[in-house]
Amino acid sequence: MRAARKRAAAEWELRLYIAGETPKSLAAFANLKKICEENLQGRYRIEVIDLLKNPQLARGDQILAIPTLVRKLPTPVKKIIGDLSNEERVLVGLDLRAVARRAS
Amino acid sequence: MSARVKRNGRGNRSARVVPLRRGPEGLQKAPSGIQGLDEITDGGLPRGRPTLVCGGPGCGKTLFALEFLVRGATAHGEPGVFVSFEESEPEIATNVASLGFDVRRLQAEKKLSVDWVRVERSEIEDTGEYDLEGLFVRLDHAVKSVGAKRVALDTIESLFSALPNPLVLRSELRRLFRWLKDRGLTAVITGERGEETLTRQGLEEYVSDCVIFLDHRVTEQVSTRRLRVVKYRGSTHGTNEYPFLIDEEGISVLPITSIGLDHRASRERITTGIERLDEMLGGKGYYRGSTVLVSGTAGTGKTSVAASLARSTCENGERCLYYAFEESAAQLTRNMRSIGVDLERQLKRGTLRLVAVRPNSQGVEMHLLSIHKAVKAFDPSIVILDPITNLTANGTTLDARLMLTRLIDLLKSRGVTALFTSLTTGTTDLEETDVAVSSLIDTWLLLEIVRSGGERNRALTIIKSRGMEHSNQSAEYRLSRRGLEILDTYLGPSGVLTGSARLAREAEDRAGALLREENAARQRALRETRRKAFERRLETLRAEFEVEDAEIERAIREDAERGEVVASDRLRMAKSRQAFSGRDARKDGIR
Repeated sequence: MRAARKRAAAEWELRLYIAGETPKSLAAFANLKKICEENLQGRYRIEVIDLLKNPQLARGDQILAIPTLVRKLPTPVKKIIGDLSNEERVLVGLDLRAVARRAS
Repeated sequence: MSARVKRNGRGNRSARVVPLRRGPEGLQKAPSGIQGLDEITDGGLPRGRPTLVCGGPGCGKTLFALEFLVRGATAHGEPGVFVSFEESEPEIATNVASLGFDVRRLQAEKKLSVDWVRVERSEIEDTGEYDLEGLFVRLDHAVKSVGAKRVALDTIESLFSALPNPLVLRSELRRLFRWLKDRGLTAVITGERGEETLTRQGLEEYVSDCVIFLDHRVTEQVSTRRLRVVKYRGSTHGTNEYPFLIDEEGISVLPITSIGLDHRASRERITTGIERLDEMLGGKGYYRGSTVLVSGTAGTGKTSVAASLARSTCENGERCLYYAFEESAAQLTRNMRSIGVDLERQLKRGTLRLVAVRPNSQGVEMHLLSIHKAVKAFDPSIVILDPITNLTANGTTLDARLMLTRLIDLLKSRGVTALFTSLTTGTTDLEETDVAVSSLIDTWLLLEIVRSGGERNRALTIIKSRGMEHSNQSAEYRLSRRGLEILDTYLGPSGVLTGSARLAREAEDRAGALLREENAARQRALRETRRKAFERRLETLRAEFEVEDAEIERAIREDAERGEVVASDRLRMAKSRQAFSGRDARKDGIR
C-alpha cells in the first residue's frame, strides 16, 4: 500500500495510521479512497503510516486505535477511528457533508 | 511478615539486579522499592505480572506507580515505562520533582520512558471496526527503547470515557494484560475506585494477581492515608490496613505491629539524669531500651523529668529525639533553663533534636510514621514524647493506644529507650492514664501533688519498674535552680511528712534533742557537784580523825611519862632514906 498522491499542494491532507496490512487496514484504505474519490476528487492527498515500521510516529498524533484517520488539513485537525465502513459517519467526522452536498 | 525480608532500595548500585525472591510456590517478586511495602508483601510485587493499584481521587495511585518505576530504575536496575492517560509529561515531571524524583534525568539516562496517551472523546468519531493496536505499538516501542522491565499504566480506565465502544475496549484490555504477561513485564495498573467495586470499570476482573487498595480517609478533620493488600495470588501478605505517608522521600508504608514479641532485652542501665532517682531505681536508673512513663497532674514536673533524661543522655554523647507536643522548642529550652537544665547547648551540638508539633496537625498514624522516619534517620538512643495525652485529641483512645503499641514495638526492636509523659486530669484515677498504656510500660513514675496544711508539695512514686529492685518510698522533690531534687524522706509516726509539715516536725525533733542534751548535761553537773561535796566531807572527817588520833597519842605518851616520874621520885626518896625496900617501891610505882 502506498501513499496516494493526487497533487503536490492538496486542499485535503489525510493521514491514515495502520499497523501492518491487516484486513481492517486494507478495508480502511479502500473505504477512504472511495469516499475521497467520490467527494474530493483531485483535492486530496492520503498518507498512510504503518506503525509497525515507524512506531515512534504514533506519539505525535496521539494514535491509540487502529486504524485512525487524521485530517491534517483543512484545520482544525480531526480524528476518526475504525475501518471507515460507516460512510455516513466518515462524512460527519471529516466534515465532508457540506462539501458532499455542494458537489451533488 | 517475615524478618528475613530486608529493606530494599537503599544504596544498591543501580547496575546490579537484585536477586529474585521466591514465594512458597516459586512466585518471583520484584521489590517495589517503596518503603515498607516489600515487608508487607513479603518481597515485592509479583514479577512479570500486573498489579492493580486502586483507590479514590488523591489517594496516591499515580505516585505509587511512578515511585515503583523510579525505584526500579534507580535502585534495582530495572528500567520502566510510564504510560499516563491523565497527566502530560511535563506535569508529571513537575509533580514528582518535589518528591526528589528526577524524571527528566532518568529519561535522559534511558532508564525511564514516559508516554502521555491523550484521548479526547470529542475528536474521535467511530466509523467502524477498530482495535487498540496503536497503544500496543507505542508501548512496545517504549519498552524496547529503554529495555524496560517495569510498566505503569495510569489510569487506563480513562479510556472508557474516551472510546465509544466499551466492548472493544474490554477485549483489548484483556489482550493488553496478556501481552504484558507474555513479555514478563512487572506492571502497575492504577484504577479509580468504583461505587461497589474496587475499580469503576471492574479492572480487577482482568488483573487478578495482586490488588492493592489505597485509601485516604478523613476522620474528625484529620486525614490518614492507608494501604491494604486486598489480594496477592500465590503469596503470603499482611492483610491489615497500613498507614502510609507521602513526603519528600516518596511513599512510606509502615508495616507496624510485629506479631511476635521478640525484642532483645538489654541489661545495660542508663542514668535518669536525677541522682536520687537513680538510687530509687535500684541505684542505676532505667534499663536501656525500656519504656518509661511519667504521669502526673498539671505542674508536677513531668517535662522536667523528661528533660533531665534528655540532658544526661546528650551529655554522655548519645542522641536524643524529643517530641514536644505542647511547647515550642524555644519555650521548652527557656523553661528548662530555669531549673538548670541546659538543652540549648545540646541542641547546638546536634545531640538533641527537638521536634515541636501540634498533635492535631496530623493523624496519629502520621505521627507514628514521621517518628518512625525520624528515628531511622537520626538514630537516637532516647525518644521522648511529651506528652502522649494530646494524641488522643485527634483520634480515639484505641487509635492512640495502637499507635503507641506500634511505636513501642519499633523503639524496642531498635533498642531505643522511650520516655512518655502523660497528663492525668483531676477526674481520672491517678494511677490510670487516659491512653491506657500502662501495661506496655516498663517503668512508671507517678508524680503527684500532696496537699496538706495549706500547701501543695510534690511527691514521686515508682509505681512499677520491671526487672529491678526499686524504692517503695514516696519521695518528696523540689524543682529548683539546681534541677529536680529529691529530698530526704521524713517518716513520722503518722506516715510521710512533706513540705512545712516535714520542716516543722524536723524542727520539733531538733528541739527535743536539744532539751534532752541539756538535761543530761545538768545531771552530769549535779553529779559532779555531789561527788565534790562528798570528797570534801571525806577530807574533813579524815582531818578530824587525824587530830583526835594525835591527841590520843599525846595523852598516852604523857601518861607514860608521868608514871616514870613517880617511880623515879620514889627511888630518889628511898635513896635518900637508904631503905632496902627500893624494889618494892619500884613495883608500886610501876603499878
